[in-house]
Amino acid sequence: MTWNFDILPDFVFNGLSLGAIYGTVALSLVLIFKATTLINFATGELAMIGAFMVYVLHMEQGLWLWLSILIAMIISAGLGALIERTLTRPFDPADHLPVVLITLGLFLIFNALAGDIWNYQVRILSNPFGKFPSWVPGLGGDRFVMVLGSRLKYQSIGIWVTLALALFLLGLILNRTKMGLAFRAVSSNVESARLVGVHTGRTLGFGWALASAFGTLGAVLVAPQLGGVNPNMMATILIYALAGAALGGLDSMGGAVMGGVLIGLIQAVLVMWLGVVVMGQAYMSILQLAAAFVLILIVLLFRPSGLFGSRRVERV
Amino acid sequence: MSDDVIDEVGLVARNLHASYGAVEVLRGLDFEVAQGKVSVILGANGAGKTTTLRAICNMCNSSGDVTLGGQDISRLGTAEIVRRGVAHVPQGRGTFPELSVNDNLLVGAYVRKDKEVNDDIDRWFEIFPRLAERKEQLAGSLSGGEQQMLAVARALMSRPKLLLLDEPSLGLAPLIIEDLFTRFINLNKETGLTMLVVEQNANLALDMADFGYVIESGEITLSGPADQLKSDPAVQEAYLGA
Repeated sequence: MTWNFDILPDFVFNGLSLGAIYGTVALSLVLIFKATTLINFATGELAMIGAFMVYVLHMEQGLWLWLSILIAMIISAGLGALIERTLTRPFDPADHLPVVLITLGLFLIFNALAGDIWNYQVRILSNPFGKFPSWVPGLGGDRFVMVLGSRLKYQSIGIWVTLALALFLLGLILNRTKMGLAFRAVSSNVESARLVGVHTGRTLGFGWALASAFGTLGAVLVAPQLGGVNPNMMATILIYALAGAALGGLDSMGGAVMGGVLIGLIQAVLVMWLGVVVMGQAYMSILQLAAAFVLILIVLLFRPSGLFGSRRVERV
Repeated sequence: MSDDVIDEVGLVARNLHASYGAVEVLRGLDFEVAQGKVSVILGANGAGKTTTLRAICNMCNSSGDVTLGGQDISRLGTAEIVRRGVAHVPQGRGTFPELSVNDNLLVGAYVRKDKEVNDDIDRWFEIFPRLAERKEQLAGSLSGGEQQMLAVARALMSRPKLLLLDEPSLGLAPLIIEDLFTRFINLNKETGLTMLVVEQNANLALDMADFGYVIESGEITLSGPADQLKSDPAVQEAYLGA
């Protein structure tokens, strides 16, 4: 079998939309890392719980999908802030181990809790971007549009637009509001932030809230690609998001998104090619996972600050 | 009681203790800074100078009474103490390296609710033109002297009643130190800002101060008007290299 370049755009489109989702979850990781230099391992499971909230509100209670997503994001934000307040604030911020262990514990608790309530079957969740809406001329009701001879799914376009809007909003919050300024100050220098009168605890809670809301958005967007929601849905996504965040630079928000997108692209193009041409389909998912781990290793070995991360050069 | 009457009291610390774990760093300090005056605390490395300033801002495990303008601030959190009018320039600059110069000044005004914040920023840019040239640059990319100027301007953006300076001369070239201290003196003379400075550089510090204290191993061993301390043989031998 030889490489067929006609299907390349297909892979690129898929890679870019998966990558956008990794980027969203990576952003959730980076928001907390920037402020605390902590990896929140519960990020994915919190997002999964958020996706289940959408499932309950929309599929079971019949609420409008986007309203359900909005409510789930708000509840997730509250949950994130609550976790920060009750489980991380009592600990010494300079001692990372206890808090990392707590986030690992939360990972297991949320996963088991979701499994207990909803069991481990995949449950269908409506796709917010299933078919082009009727007001799009010539495409209304279609699932894709032909671009470069390949199918560009409405879902991919929807994911990109959503992520772009979310990033724009996040930029506004961080760069144009007082809370955003305080959050950036705490991320840069906690002690000095306290000395200008910033309530650091509340500000970190705000960061957790933002991060959790973003994670939920990512989980809702990824659900249709996984066939629906289930308690284990975010496990591998979290690893890819971590790889993306490490690649882009753990303390760079733009880098996290770029890193996530790059991981999606690498997976889709390189690994699928290897999978199809060299080894066959059966090894594909293992290869994808392996590629992510290898990438994390390479980045940590050769460029620990990532592609876009700051090296923190401080002159004295 | 009017504000003016309270304000004349300045900062008063009584029986100030502080410890890190089992190690007692401050063993009952008594000192004060009169309203509108400059006090300096001299001491060698490890004498407890930095801890004294941290204790005032409640940033370490401390006990004792600290009052500002007659009001007890010793049981308040750091963020609240800042709101009461204390600005602290910590050792090693204390700027926000990943924020632009402009944002550093903006966040310095975090506790203010008035509309004159941008006017104040412009004023600081006039006083420190070097900062104006670099206002969009990240603070972490500034030189040591520029960062110290930024840290001071950042602290004053809160329009404090009391400025705490932790070894402002540390790591700076002599010419820059002289320039900086001249600015401190002018600041005190022109605006009547109350200052508490801790320093190892006794010469410069005593020149700008009204009153001085010497601390050794967490205890005040000597105190008096700055002129008097300067001519004290013990101070001359230990800190002025005479």
